[in-house]
Amino acid sequence: MLDAKIPAGPMAEKWTNHKFDMKLVNPANKRKFNVIVVGTGLAGASAAASLSEMGYKVKNFCIQDSPRRAHSIAAQGGINAAKNYPNDGDSVHRLFYDTVKGGDYRSREANVHRLAEVSVNIIDQCVAQGVPFARDYGGYLDNRSFGGAQVSRTFYARGQTGQQLLLGAYSALMKEVAVGNVDLYTRREMLDLIVVDGRACGIVVRNLVTGKLETHLADTVILATGGYGNVFYLSTNAKGCNVTAAWRAHKRGAFFANPCYTQIHPTCIPVHGDYQSKLTLMSESLRNDGRVWVPRKDGDPRKPSDIPEADRFYYLEEKYPSFGNLVPRDVASRNAKLVCDEGKGVGGGENLAVYLDFADAIKRDGRDVVEAKYGNLFEMYERIVDDNPYETPMMIYPAVHYTMGGLWVDYNLMSNLPGLHVLGEANFSDHGANRLGASALMQGLADGYFVIPNTVGHYLATAGPSEITAAHPEVKKVEEEVAGRINTLVNSKGKRAVNEFHRELGLLMWDGCGMARNEAGLKKALQRIPELRQEFWEDVNVTGSPGTFNQCLERAGRVADFMEQAELMCLDALNRSESCGGHFREESQTEEGEALRKDAEFAYVAAWENTGDLSNPTLHKEELTFEEVHLTQRSYK
Amino acid sequence: MAGKLINITLRVWRQSGPNDPGKLETYKADGISTDMSFLEMLDVVNDGLEREDKEPIAFDHDCREGICGMCGSVINGVAHGPQSETTLCQLHMRKFKDGDTIIIEPFRANGFPLIKDLAVDRSALDRIIQAGGYITVKTGQAPDAHAIPIPKPAADIAMDAASCIGCGACVAACPNASASLFTAAKITQLCTLPQGNPERTTRVIKMVQQMDKEGFGSCSKYYECEAVCPKGIKVENITTMNREYMKAMVSGK
Repeated sequence: MLDAKIPAGPMAEKWTNHKFDMKLVNPANKRKFNVIVVGTGLAGASAAASLSEMGYKVKNFCIQDSPRRAHSIAAQGGINAAKNYPNDGDSVHRLFYDTVKGGDYRSREANVHRLAEVSVNIIDQCVAQGVPFARDYGGYLDNRSFGGAQVSRTFYARGQTGQQLLLGAYSALMKEVAVGNVDLYTRREMLDLIVVDGRACGIVVRNLVTGKLETHLADTVILATGGYGNVFYLSTNAKGCNVTAAWRAHKRGAFFANPCYTQIHPTCIPVHGDYQSKLTLMSESLRNDGRVWVPRKDGDPRKPSDIPEADRFYYLEEKYPSFGNLVPRDVASRNAKLVCDEGKGVGGGENLAVYLDFADAIKRDGRDVVEAKYGNLFEMYERIVDDNPYETPMMIYPAVHYTMGGLWVDYNLMSNLPGLHVLGEANFSDHGANRLGASALMQGLADGYFVIPNTVGHYLATAGPSEITAAHPEVKKVEEEVAGRINTLVNSKGKRAVNEFHRELGLLMWDGCGMARNEAGLKKALQRIPELRQEFWEDVNVTGSPGTFNQCLERAGRVADFMEQAELMCLDALNRSESCGGHFREESQTEEGEALRKDAEFAYVAAWENTGDLSNPTLHKEELTFEEVHLTQRSYK
Repeated sequence: MAGKLINITLRVWRQSGPNDPGKLETYKADGISTDMSFLEMLDVVNDGLEREDKEPIAFDHDCREGICGMCGSVINGVAHGPQSETTLCQLHMRKFKDGDTIIIEPFRANGFPLIKDLAVDRSALDRIIQAGGYITVKTGQAPDAHAIPIPKPAADIAMDAASCIGCGACVAACPNASASLFTAAKITQLCTLPQGNPERTTRVIKMVQQMDKEGFGSCSKYYECEAVCPKGIKVENITTMNREYMKAMVSGK
């Protein structure tokens, strides 16, 4: 059984007490400690900046040409905080409660409570940095309700909240680079973790411009390397998002928790061809005014505007009268898949789309009002699809958006490997089996600004400096292994392009381990993945040489790791024979066809240990106990 | 969304490294769906090159939804291509005709040394921000977010300026290769907000100096930057920057 090191005492006092109980590093000693932060998204940039401000020597790495490009930048909707500025009954406890419930009782209560507590400080910090949040005419911050929440607690900056928050954290980071306390390493990809005597003490990165391998040692390593949604090939993630850093850490001993928890976002632009490289999300605020429907008759050939009201199936409104089109993401996504699987989908080709219709909203409020609310989203849709959503209903379909699973961490955000901390989407801790809208930005910044600056000090004060030098044989061994893997890849002179393998893996995962899974499908995927992995190593063609700017090699390395991680995802999904949160296990449903959670069997975190045999990892469990929020089956009827 | 298939010819700038000679190479891209994005078209061409064991065309890209600022090339002489207020990743092949020849070149500027093919080094923009494009507040120092109300018009001006994605198209389009629009957008954002006031004077001086130091030219009001900016950032920001700079110089700080 895993020990999450949750502090004792009442829920609302745990974090305050823990901050007092933790050891501190004397201000004069902080500069003697070196900290590596990998990733410059919300979690990474905020951690690097905050730790540098405190006096630690920080090295910060990113794969892009600038830290400002991390994929946090693409978040549209907003960030939650329990400020209760609208006076509508919000509180830290309510945000905590909603997040635990929304996560379908698969998150750790103590972490979520801390998240809700520090949420208010995040907004203060961002405003002070100059983040231009939306304001009302009195000059105060505006809030909106988001993702079906019954209070208005979401702060936003037009449809670009992630961009503005990231640029805020980036500016704080640039301030610290300017004082010389953060060394910034752009266009570097972490290819391995160095662990000596059980303690994480460094990383090996590839300089993506020169191709040279570089070793960096430190007293602690912080990974903030994002999620692994690109295992599905098509997702709303940026093209560069990958699992490599987390996966390499896993192979060095870090447990990977709940890898099968992925979130499928209901309002994305549908797939339109084999060549497609990514899916584009449109803010789910669209569901506030759009009505979701499909024709009642399978394969109805009529144009949507010619289909009379009686022949339209408003499936969400009919099945869930009290929430209607505003059911949570997982319910909306699953029902879209369901109607399409039944043959009612629209859009031509494989008919994998449903309508999102604004005709009623336009009739009710006028085109001007709809345009003021959603103009930029309609424009984006038209740019991609070449169709005018003011006249023809939009077509939408769910897409992989976020991964709740990640490296296992304790309450201090440290993995089971001493010295290795994991923040943001890369860890597993706060969203359980389903993340609520506007909570990802909150978690990334909470981890980086307010949690890790406290807990890293405790670790360093306890463990002391790492004595490992570059000459240590284990460091040399890791360097050689990384170089060996790169050589194997560049010497692969097969016939197929890297992308072809990635596409095939993605389809396999979408079919077998997507939003609805069953035992037979998972077993089929588990049989095919090792075969595909073998085909990859035998028949992939990697062009160019390792000592240059080589994007083909970069992609190949990432796909190679996805090929391994995919198997763990399927094993985890197979083990969890319950439906919960973002995933629906077909064998586990109510008579009405709704998700059936099995608390007696599965109220635990599944943390997997690599054994060297990819098909036989060891399962470790962290029991989840619920003191404050009582376990109930969610109902949106 | 009924896409059709078109055949096009690409003339792409290929250059193995900053010190190697570069030239335009010709590639045929047949059967391209007009529903593809421009970068998906390049993916298809690159997959074909990889299958033939030829090196794919290097180009920077990441989010592919027009917000990260990583992509950008000069398409037929225009940074980010022919569609206004659209990044290259959001440009679709329906904007081209069957039989078209498309010339693809990197963003060229002294301040953007070439890395390979279409990929350039834009770290100079980070260094301009490092010179002062921030508000000095440490984590934990912030007062309550409502301590200072900000008039909505000011908040809107700041947001318009803050929309900059740092892609560098403004530099590539400018005959002087000036980074004025980029620099001015950040200065406008921060000088419009009360939080940015304490460092207002030093910020503008240091950022303008850094911009010059990086080898970017000065602004001669060609307005090319505004024309190609995928986020619609206005030249008015440069006026604000110049005014702030003059004020700072006069006050002698």
